[in-house]
Amino acid sequence: MKTAEEKLKDFDAYIESEEKIEPKDWMPDEYRKTMIRQLSQHAHSEVIGMQPEGNWVLRAPSLRAKKILLAKIQDEGGHGLYLYSAAETLGISRDEMIEQLHSVKAKYSSIFNYPALTWADIGAIGWLVDGAAIVNQISLQRTSYGPYSRAMVRICKEESFHQRQGYEIMTTMMNGTAEQKEMAQDAMNRWWWPSLMMFGPPDNESAHTKQSMQWKIKRESNDVLRQRFIDKTVDQAHFIGITVPDKNMKFNESTQHWEISPIDWEEFKQVISGNGPCNHKRLSHHIKVHKQGKWVREAALAFSKNQQKNKATLFTN
Amino acid sequence: MSTTDNQLPLWEVFIQSKSGTPHKHAGSIHASDKNMALENARDIYTRRGEGRNIWVVLSDQIAASKTEDEAEFFDPADDKVYRHPSFYKVPDGVKNM
Repeated sequence: MKTAEEKLKDFDAYIESEEKIEPKDWMPDEYRKTMIRQLSQHAHSEVIGMQPEGNWVLRAPSLRAKKILLAKIQDEGGHGLYLYSAAETLGISRDEMIEQLHSVKAKYSSIFNYPALTWADIGAIGWLVDGAAIVNQISLQRTSYGPYSRAMVRICKEESFHQRQGYEIMTTMMNGTAEQKEMAQDAMNRWWWPSLMMFGPPDNESAHTKQSMQWKIKRESNDVLRQRFIDKTVDQAHFIGITVPDKNMKFNESTQHWEISPIDWEEFKQVISGNGPCNHKRLSHHIKVHKQGKWVREAALAFSKNQQKNKATLFTN
Repeated sequence: MSTTDNQLPLWEVFIQSKSGTPHKHAGSIHASDKNMALENARDIYTRRGEGRNIWVVLSDQIAASKTEDEAEFFDPADDKVYRHPSFYKVPDGVKNM
């Protein structure tokens, strides 16, 4: 029998050689805990993220736009389910995760605590929020936990449609009337900074980064990913004539990177600690719908039991 | 961990993408019976024509070998190089073998 110390050494070496950890493999408790926290937070974000967009299904400006939005929301629900399944392989039940969400023990991305006020917000969410998520998720395709990595590969394939549909909305509006342009710019002004906060606190203040990087749970740091998103997105903004709401932003010729003004981390802290514009709304809606679905789950189980009983009777006769 | 799970039983999903290819594990879903499992698997894993056929099986019905026993479990095949064609010498000039 190997000692705990030897097991940990083997585990670290296994990760170092870029092998993937699978559900039944031995893993340190801390790795399991971190992975459950990250996976459930990611899953909750996908599911809660359906709400700001759902707000616009009945008000989409055309049938085409409505069909696209519905497909996108359905994808987000699917992504949540892939990720819940991946988390369940670590020994936590779906029920427990939902309970943790409802009791605010588990978090979801703070971005979804902002409201989607106009149709342009649907454009900004697809372009900026999904754009930021893609940068993060591409990096996570190489995460060390097998089920998480495979879910990321699938999600990345589907997300690129999300970003393009958002950018298409923004492009259309920037080519439209003065009022439409103003709406697009207003959405940009409200979503730009929260999108940058999606990557989490700066590296020197991130509580989990170091250990997560060592275990290859995270492959790149918050600041590296954030910068990659900024560089991509600023060019896309300029292309359609939309202004990045940061007067002091400048291009650094020697590093070839866009340099932004300091991020207001106080706002971020306020929103993750429950004081964002929609925290209460998002959570209470999820709780309400979950309770409403209880009888459906119970009826489905009762139906399945009856079916089995009927089959058993059929054979004994 | 939890004893009050009311999220319906867990199933594993295997998808065949094209005729003639093997079914491949895609992920898992929750469902109360076989029909719901197939429909949920379709809605979760094949929204973009990824499959032409789906198998679902209750997760607790699957037996799996252990990765930590990998070496000893698979070692019966380790010393049988003669199972590979490259083990054999074929005289120069012999073709189509």
